[in-house]
Amino acid sequence: MASSLRRDDPPATAAAPARPAAPRRRALPVLARHLAAAALALAAIAALTFLVGPLEHLRIARVGYLLLAVAGLQILVGASGQVSLGHGAFMFVGAYTTALTVLHAPAVPLAGVMVLAVAAGCLAGVLVGAATARLHGPYLAGATLALAVGLPALALYFSDLLGGSNGLRFALRGTPPELSGLLTDNQWKALVVWLTVLTALVVLATLSRGRLGRRMRAVRDDESAAAMAGIPVGRTRVTAFVVSAGCASLAGACEAYLLGTATPSSFSLALSLSLLAALVLGGLGSLWGALWGALALVYLEAAGRELADLLGLGSSVADNLPPVFFGVMLVVIVTAWPTGVHGALRRLGGLSARQRTPNPPSDPPSITTTGA
Amino acid sequence: MRKPTAVAAGALALTLLATSCGGAGEVEESAGADLNVSVGVTDDTVTIGTHQPLTGPASAGYLAISQGASAMFDYINDQGGVHGRRIEYLVKDDVYDPTKTVEVTQELVEGEEIFAMLGGLGTPTHSKVVDYLSEKGVPDLFPSSGALMWNDPEQYPLTYGYQVDYTKEAKILAKYVAENFPDAKVAYYYQNDDVGSDSIAGLDQYLADRVVADAGYESTAPEAVGGQISSFKEAGADLVVCACIPAFAALGILNAVGQGYQAQWVITSIGSDTPTLRALLKEYAEDDGLPVDQLLDGIITSGYLPQVNMVDDPWTRFFTEVHDKYGEGELTNTRIYGMVQAVMFAKALKAAGENPTRQSLLDAVESMEWNGPGLVPFASTAEDRGGHAGVLVQQYRAGDGEGVMEQLQEPMVTDRDGGEIVPADFDRLGPDEYDFHD
Repeated sequence: MASSLRRDDPPATAAAPARPAAPRRRALPVLARHLAAAALALAAIAALTFLVGPLEHLRIARVGYLLLAVAGLQILVGASGQVSLGHGAFMFVGAYTTALTVLHAPAVPLAGVMVLAVAAGCLAGVLVGAATARLHGPYLAGATLALAVGLPALALYFSDLLGGSNGLRFALRGTPPELSGLLTDNQWKALVVWLTVLTALVVLATLSRGRLGRRMRAVRDDESAAAMAGIPVGRTRVTAFVVSAGCASLAGACEAYLLGTATPSSFSLALSLSLLAALVLGGLGSLWGALWGALALVYLEAAGRELADLLGLGSSVADNLPPVFFGVMLVVIVTAWPTGVHGALRRLGGLSARQRTPNPPSDPPSITTTGA
Repeated sequence: MRKPTAVAAGALALTLLATSCGGAGEVEESAGADLNVSVGVTDDTVTIGTHQPLTGPASAGYLAISQGASAMFDYINDQGGVHGRRIEYLVKDDVYDPTKTVEVTQELVEGEEIFAMLGGLGTPTHSKVVDYLSEKGVPDLFPSSGALMWNDPEQYPLTYGYQVDYTKEAKILAKYVAENFPDAKVAYYYQNDDVGSDSIAGLDQYLADRVVADAGYESTAPEAVGGQISSFKEAGADLVVCACIPAFAALGILNAVGQGYQAQWVITSIGSDTPTLRALLKEYAEDDGLPVDQLLDGIITSGYLPQVNMVDDPWTRFFTEVHDKYGEGELTNTRIYGMVQAVMFAKALKAAGENPTRQSLLDAVESMEWNGPGLVPFASTAEDRGGHAGVLVQQYRAGDGEGVMEQLQEPMVTDRDGGEIVPADFDRLGPDEYDFHD
C-alpha cells in the first residue's frame, strides 16, 4: 500500500525515467471511459425526457443537481472522512453567484456563469476548509452547522444587493430558437443541468480514481499512517473540502438556472441535513450512492404524497405524510442495509459474482462511474 | 495525474460553452399567451389551484387559509356549483420554500392544467411564479400577500391583488392614533422586509414627529425580541405600533409583560387575529394560568374582512354556518380570509358566463362591483388591482369566550401617498344577495 501511495507523490526527477509513462497510460483510459459513460448516460436521459411527461422534466433535473450536491458530499464524507452539516450553504453561494451574474451581467454565457459559480464555491471552500481542517468529528460538524445557519442570513444583512428574505428572481434563456419546436424549456434545462452534472461527475470520478482519491482514502483510514507515508494531511483535507464545495456550489447554480430564483429560505438547515441523509441512504463511499440518494430525495417524497392520496387521509395527516415517509424509509433502509442502497446492491452483485467465479475480486474499486 | 484533470476541466468549459451561444440572462420578450381558452374547464368541473405552506414552520399560521377556501368550495359544490360545474380546488404544499413553489406551480399549470391560480401564498414564494403564470396565460387571482407588486398591470397583466396594501392600512391607523392619542410617544415595531418598510411609509405620514424608538426583527430568524421591547421602554414610548406577523406580535406582548412595560398596542391586520394570538401567547408562555385575555384586552387593530367575533355581521354568521358543516378545527379569521377568496372567485366565475374562458374570467374580475364580503371597497380594474382599498379601526374587548371587536372608526379608504383619508362609500351585500353559486 505504502509503495503505491509513494509512487503517486510528486516524483523526484531521478525517479521519473524508471516508470516513464505509466501513470499517463493508465489514467487516460480511465478518463476516456468516464467520458464515454457520461455521454451514454446523457443520451439515456435525453431519451428518457422524450418518454415521460412535461412534469417529470423538472424532477429529472432536480435529481441531477441533487445528485451533484450529494456527490460532492460523498467526496468529503465518504472519501476524506470529514463531515459537513453545511453543504446547503455552498449551494446558497452557487445560486446567488448565478443570480447576481445573470442580473448584473446578462451577457455572460451560461458556461461562464457556471464556471463563476464553481470558482465562488471553491473560494468559499478554501476559506471554510482552511478554518476547519484542524477540527474533527463533532467540532467539524458544529462549525459547518454554523455555516448552514449563518450564511443564508447574509441575504438579509445585505438586503439591497441580495434581495432580503424575498430573494432574487431572474429570467434565463430557455430552449434555443432553433430547437424550440423540438424541446420544451424544461426539457432543455433538464438536459443542460444533466450535461453540467455529468461533466462534473467525470471530473469527480477521475479525481477519486487518481492520486487525490487515494490520498483522501488514506487520510480517512488513518491520518498518522498517511502522514508517515508522506501525504500532506492538512492539504488533502482542505482540497477535499474545496472540491466538495465547488460541486455543491455548481449544484446550487443548476438549481438557480432551472428555477430562476435564489432565496435564503431555500437553503435552510433542512436542506443540508437532507443532503447528508440522502448520502447515508444511498450508501457512503461510492458515487453511485449519490445517485440513489438523489433519486430518494425527489421520488420518495413524491411517493409519500401519492400514498397519502391513495389512502384518502385527512389533510392534517396527508400533508405531513411525505416527510414522515422519507424518515421511515431512511430508518428502514439504514437498519436493513447499514451500507445504504449501494452497499446492498453491491452485496447482491458480489453474491451473484461469487456464484459465477470461484475467486471474486478482493477489492472492488470503491468509486465507480459507468453511467446511469 | 494533473493532466486528465485539466483535460476534464477544459472539457467541462467547452461543453458548457457549446450549450449557450448567447448571454444567459438575455431573454427575448415572449408574445402574450392566448387567453381565449378554457383550460381546466370541463362540462361539469372547473379545476383551479394554489400553492400554500401545508407543512413546515409557516404552516402553523397559514394552513387555515386553504382549509377555509376548501370548506367554502365544498359548500358551493353542494349548492350545485357554478353554472352546473363543480369547482375542484387543488392545494399543493410548497413549505413556504420558493424552490418548491416553482415546482408545484409548474405541476399545477402543466400537469393538472388549472384554469386559474387562486390565492397563492407568500411574497417570497409567489413572486417567483408570477412571471411564469403570466407567460403561460394563467389568471393569477388574489395572492395571499400584501406586497405592492401584485398591483402592477403593466408588468403582471394577469395578477389581481387581494390583501389591503400595507401602506394604506398603516396610514389610516396612523391618522387614527394621531387624532385620538395626541400626546402619545410612539414606538415602531416591525418586520425587516417589505411588510415593515411599506407600513412605515404610511405611518410616517402622520406619526413621524412622535416616534421615540423603532426596532425591527427578522422573520426568518426566530429570536427573542426582549432587546427591542426594552429599547421602547427606555425611550419612554407609551404606544407601540406593530407591523408584524402574529408570532412576533405575541412575542412582543409577552416580553412587555415580562419587563413590566405597559403600552397601548396598535397592531396591523396581518398580526392581529385574536384567536391566533391567544393560542400563541399560551404556547410561548408555557403557562396555562396566564391571563391571556387581559393581555389582549384593549389592543387597537385594523381590519378589512369580517371577523369571527363580529357576531352580528351577516357574512360572519354565514361563514360560521359553512364552517360548522364543512370545516375542521376552530373557525379563525385566517379561515375566513380563505373563505372570502373562495366566495369572490366563485362570483367572478359565475359572472364569466356559461362557457368561461380565461379572458372572460379576467373581464368579469375587472368589471365586477364586489360589494363584499370585505368591509371595504375592492379594486380589481384594468388600472388598479390593489384589492381591498382601506380598513376600519377597531379595538379588542376581552369578554366571555371570543371577546368582541368594538368598531372605533368606520371603514376608510385612501391612497398610498399624501391623499385624503375618506369614508368608504359602498353598498355591502349579504350572502343571500351575493350571486356566487347556482
